[in-house]
Amino acid sequence: MRRDAMLFLALGVFLLAIAVWQQIPTTLFMLVTASAYALIALGLNVQWGYAGLFNFGVMGFLMVGGVAVTFVSYPINEAFWASDGPFMLFKALLAAIFGGVLVYLATNSQRFGIKGKLRTFLIVVSWATAYIVYRSQIDPAARLIEDEAGFIGGLGLPVVLGWLFGGVLAGAIAYIVGRICLGLRTDYLAIATIGISEIIRALVKNMDWFTRGTLTVSPLPWPTPSPADIVASGLEDATMSTVLARVGFLSLTVLMIAVIFYFLQKAYEGPWGRMMRAIRDNNVSATAIGKNVTKRELEVFILGSILMGIGGAILASFSQILDPSGYQPINHTFIVWVMIIVGGAGNNYGALFGGVFIYIVWTVSEPASVLLFGYISDFSEGAGIGAIPNIESRALQMRVFVLGLVITFALRYFPQGVIPERIRTEK
Amino acid sequence: MMNELIFFFNKVIVSGAVLGSVYALGAVGITLIFGILRFAHFAHGDMMTMGAFVAFVLASIASALGISTFWPTGFIVLPFAMVITAGLALGIDRTFYQPLRAKGVKPVTLLIASIGVTLMIQGLIRLFGGVQTRSFFENESKQLFRFDVSWLGASRTVNVSEPQLLLIAVTVIAVVALHFFLTRSRLGKGMRAMADNPSLALVSGINTNQVVRATWIIAGSLAAMAGTMLALDVILKPDLAFNIVLPIFAAAIVGGLGQAYGAIAGGLIIGFAETMSVFNWAIMLRPFRDNLPEWVPNDLSIVPTEYKLTVAFVILVVVLLVRPTGIFKGVSS
Repeated sequence: MRRDAMLFLALGVFLLAIAVWQQIPTTLFMLVTASAYALIALGLNVQWGYAGLFNFGVMGFLMVGGVAVTFVSYPINEAFWASDGPFMLFKALLAAIFGGVLVYLATNSQRFGIKGKLRTFLIVVSWATAYIVYRSQIDPAARLIEDEAGFIGGLGLPVVLGWLFGGVLAGAIAYIVGRICLGLRTDYLAIATIGISEIIRALVKNMDWFTRGTLTVSPLPWPTPSPADIVASGLEDATMSTVLARVGFLSLTVLMIAVIFYFLQKAYEGPWGRMMRAIRDNNVSATAIGKNVTKRELEVFILGSILMGIGGAILASFSQILDPSGYQPINHTFIVWVMIIVGGAGNNYGALFGGVFIYIVWTVSEPASVLLFGYISDFSEGAGIGAIPNIESRALQMRVFVLGLVITFALRYFPQGVIPERIRTEK
Repeated sequence: MMNELIFFFNKVIVSGAVLGSVYALGAVGITLIFGILRFAHFAHGDMMTMGAFVAFVLASIASALGISTFWPTGFIVLPFAMVITAGLALGIDRTFYQPLRAKGVKPVTLLIASIGVTLMIQGLIRLFGGVQTRSFFENESKQLFRFDVSWLGASRTVNVSEPQLLLIAVTVIAVVALHFFLTRSRLGKGMRAMADNPSLALVSGINTNQVVRATWIIAGSLAAMAGTMLALDVILKPDLAFNIVLPIFAAAIVGGLGQAYGAIAGGLIIGFAETMSVFNWAIMLRPFRDNLPEWVPNDLSIVPTEYKLTVAFVILVVVLLVRPTGIFKGVSS
């Protein structure tokens, strides 16, 4: 415990040093983003640390959160509501429901005594019919909306509501994904979740009527007063208003994390957490003592994904832009895994530490490596070899390499992470 | 009618075979590694890119030395690139995977380690190579063969580029060679035995280390082959194969993980499925245009082109659900 406190203290000192080097507004910017990542890391810790579920589709859930908050909080697009768009979308929704019912009937046809090849045939036909019916409704709707209104816009509701909706939507998608994939073994689960997150990315990138695709949606509103609001209310100093606005945003995210952390920790220490660890460590014996392993795993998968959805929504709100092409597996999936592995899987403090620490290191390694490469370049120029061409873009790649090195190094030398899970024995 | 068929052949059969060959070569490596070492080697895509970059460096050296032949230089240096990449693959295994295996970690840990390796290879390639795209054909021209098929009554020609023909040819050669290696040689038989039943293979005196080395050599050289041929066909860029590593996994899983022949079939299935699903089938109806009812739309592609890669994931998910062991029964981990 004292060691953990020292680690967090060291993190604080590190942050102070960053604040001196990179100035306070930049540091605050990093801290807000880091807090969102800490929430995401907590979500992955619930899935991987508590229950041993292998989710490599973090990016997909972050995108779902981003899309959800855009839809809820972006101002209303009058052109869309004035057009035929809503009615056509309603028809598309009906078509989707019709297709869903058809598929449901076909998959449950064994209740009416339809079995074997015939049932398979019915399922395939029902999926194909559902797809064709849905496409026949959604395609003209999408074309109309894109032509007349650009995209459907938002609902203009409070941002915090959008964050919650991000969590709910991510949870709903996690339910579907979990129902499909959780029976798979770890390697297959990993590949399947990566695949699903890529499907989500392709959809978000190309559903221009909903997300504006590569055109991006901005500016998304903030839940707390933005720098512009503060300037408008009379504070002239631009730096000061930026700092104040970011402090406001940060206090909201920190408050959220504190509440969520408290309950996660309680759940971990309680019977539910013990049961989860039992399932993770030996699911055969957990089944034998009557635990419904599949259901519990689905539960924990949904819980973790809700946290990821909220985190993704916070990320999008804070950066004020929904940019589908900005989502990359390296920045949104793999880095979260590094946070968990380095911080310590199974320990919420570890996830918190890893989330903040790795994000800050990842961000400051950009100016740091540019600086370092500048020195090397000066040196090589002095030595007569010549300067390094395109220093900036090359230096950025260095951190991808370092991230990979950190993963392999951590797995080999401290696989438990810096704040490892502590197995409590009976008092 | 003939013209539409030729169009279909160019668009679907040729591109499907090309894509399928690349997927198949990659999937064989993934499936062999999974069969022998029991983990999903995620860094395989970047191993392909690495092989392509090695070939590019060798080709640059060759053209600087003034070596120029009838064949594309990138193709001439392919055997050397394969050897070097196989060596690099062995080195990666020795440095990153072997110590973890020695500690007896779970396969999942190896998968995470392979993601670390992916990031390292990506970082290094971009560090030294930059982020720009490169072409193997800066100093020589890429030949496009137009086969005149007027004897079939078509005015269109069958179009295949030289790299595409070479790709299909080397894939066939590699597959035949692999077949003979796996069925005739002692080492190949040992590999199959180990994939089927590791403990039985161990007690029957198969040299495990040798089998592991052979696996990496085959996987590495096939990855270099696939990467180089893909770069010759399209263009060399740092994320050349990272983008297709998931379709390759889909191919390996569809074919049944651990099954070399399954991986080849899976690669071709995924390749053709992708090209067929984005093909606009309305073109095939064009000759009957006058007799068709009004409501037949002009676009009858199954999915829009931008969802081409998504097809592989959908197939992957469906196969995982319906038949997780793949079409050929695969190993379980």
